[in-house]
Amino acid sequence: MRKNMPSVLVFMATIFICGCAATSSNLFKPAVSSLQARQVEMKQFEIKDELRVLSATAAVLQDMGFTLTEVEKKLGLIVASKERDATVPRQIAMAAFIDILGAAGGSSSNAMQTIDTIQTILVSCVTKRNLEGNKVVVRVSFQRVVFNRMNQVSRLETIKDPKIYEGFFEKLSKSIFLEADKI
Amino acid sequence: MKRIKIKFLAASLLVFLICGCATTTQERILDLSQDQLKLRSIQTRAFDTSDKEKMMRSIMATLQDLDFVITKADYDLGIVTSTKFVDNQVLKMTVITREKGSKQLLVRANAQYGIKAVNSPGPYQNFFDALARSVFLTAQQID
Repeated sequence: MRKNMPSVLVFMATIFICGCAATSSNLFKPAVSSLQARQVEMKQFEIKDELRVLSATAAVLQDMGFTLTEVEKKLGLIVASKERDATVPRQIAMAAFIDILGAAGGSSSNAMQTIDTIQTILVSCVTKRNLEGNKVVVRVSFQRVVFNRMNQVSRLETIKDPKIYEGFFEKLSKSIFLEADKI
Repeated sequence: MKRIKIKFLAASLLVFLICGCATTTQERILDLSQDQLKLRSIQTRAFDTSDKEKMMRSIMATLQDLDFVITKADYDLGIVTSTKFVDNQVLKMTVITREKGSKQLLVRANAQYGIKAVNSPGPYQNFFDALARSVFLTAQQID
């Protein structure tokens, strides 16, 4: 036992030194997949007027029940958010099952408190004219924060599913078209 | 006797381990312990352009390429704020653009990851490299 002491001391000293370590240095390096993400998140519209695209975007976001939290027309930015239900029946059933098992086994598990209840969805749209100035590119990204019953953050995620972006751009194309016809 | 000494040493190391990184929590409000000038030069670059709008739009595009989601922007104040989720932690970054004389723009970025400030030069160097590529200009170190 006494022989082990020095190695224990060294081990503890190591932890002590490593405690203050800085975050990794490749924090702001572009990911390998960033080009792919770019294609999913971007769409180009054959239109010159950037403001019209911006207002069509705002209209689409309203259609989807978002409320606008930030707008900067000079830089072409719209940020919007909404809170929605995040309960999944399967997750509730699973939690109930675990709690019942726990109760049967004589322990008090609390899985029901950790099920997801609310999600905050954030969307950020940036418009940009292309170099020739005859087209407008829209780049959009969605984020989701999910809270559980104890009001703790259970998940933070950036939406990557191309279908969601396709759906958004489909609606946006229609909206720009409607705006053009002033319906 | 020797055994007691070692035990004492172990205990005091443990205390150090727990207290090691702590400053009092109120000191964290101003966070003035870091060398201000050094931090400023890590976080700031100068660019030879006076086109603030183009610079700010490039900053936004660069942040988006780095998977950030832009949450705030103000042209007059030159502010762009963005967030990104990394390993279930929030990485937040604010970039401020302002004029330096009539021919240059100063760009300063600062970030926090989870509950820690990002103070090492590496991440900022990566960001400014990406930004420089996007605006076709050289990011110059400031004095």
